Amino acid sequence: MRLITHNMLSCNIKGVTNGYPLGIEASRLETKESELNPEFLRKIFPKLEWKALRDAAHSLGLNDLPEHVEPSMLEDADFLKNFHHALLEVHLEEGALICPETGRRFPVTKGVPNMLLNEDEV
Amino acid sequence: MKLKQLESYLGDVVQFANPKVELEQYPTGPHIASRMLFMAESSYGDIDGKVVADLGCGCGTLGIAALLLDAAQVVGVDVDGDALLLAHENCNELEVEMELIQASLTHLPWRGPIVDTVVMNPPFGTRCKGADMEFLAAALKVAGTAVYSLHKTSTRAHIKRVAVRDFGATSAEVLCELRYNLPASYKFHKQREVDIAVDLWRFTTS
Ligand SMILES: C[S@@+](CC[C@H](N)C(=O)[O-])C[C@H]1O[C@@H](n2cnc3c(N)ncnc32)[C@H](O)[C@@H]1O
Repeated sequence: MRLITHNMLSCNIKGVTNGYPLGIEASRLETKESELNPEFLRKIFPKLEWKALRDAAHSLGLNDLPEHVEPSMLEDADFLKNFHHALLEVHLEEGALICPETGRRFPVTKGVPNMLLNEDEV
Repeated sequence: MKLKQLESYLGDVVQFANPKVELEQYPTGPHIASRMLFMAESSYGDIDGKVVADLGCGCGTLGIAALLLDAAQVVGVDVDGDALLLAHENCNELEVEMELIQASLTHLPWRGPIVDTVVMNPPFGTRCKGADMEFLAAALKVAGTAVYSLHKTSTRAHIKRVAVRDFGATSAEVLCELRYNLPASYKFHKQREVDIAVDLWRFTTS
């Protein structure tokens, strides 16, 4: 699972109102290089929750994303490189996603988060 | 990539070994999958450079097709862990990277609006009544631009009405009618009819 996916996942246990963003517990990460596509990054940027991405990156030990961003940064090569890396190249292979409200853990195994809910959670 | 070439690549996708009948796990064959994705790209430009979700991805055929047509990112969602393992192997085999999530579409843990296009072959609802409509509701919530989906032709009028009236689609159009080869275990009627008529739909959401 990459952070682009983390950015759109939330906890939807019945009754939970603040299920976003999910916390991350990482026990194994993998980095897979991929081609940087500035056009895609510019297009996806306004759709992301920046704080969620930055905090998630932080919990994976990636500290190069600035706290405050503005669209003009999308012209900066270094910024694009760090943004691309955090969003698309780092994969959470083993670990868990954690609901910020209830603390419920959703395990991530072989890169796949298991978001299935138990009967008493739906 | 040419349609023929896409279809031939998809021929390498390994299909469910032990399909779970209650989840309606029949694979989307290379013929239909290639036409569906090819049309989405060549007629509407809904794939290349887009974020695509494959809902009920099963063996991953539709998502893989999207990646072969240069989707920027594809997220596959399925309720079944075995299907996801297979999808993962198929991606490795075809050398594409798909994000996979185990979740039920009934409770999709999703925040908008990252996905542009949804492609899916939902259960036709023969085993799990209403599954087709649940998928459609979820897809129309998730998609920023368009949803491509397969539904039984016999449900055409109903789908059109519900998609626009209840699920917020801005348009609903049948692109073509296809013959879908369904394993005999899913037969709808008393006769052993396995080749059913299916519509390829395009819904828009904006
Ligand atoms: C007709 S198959 C799709 C086949 C797929 N396109 C392929 O090429 O293999 C329907 C899929 O939906 C999945 N499914 C059924 N109910 C589901 C649910 N509630 N949530 C998520 N996936 C579901 C099944 O596991 C199955 O893989």
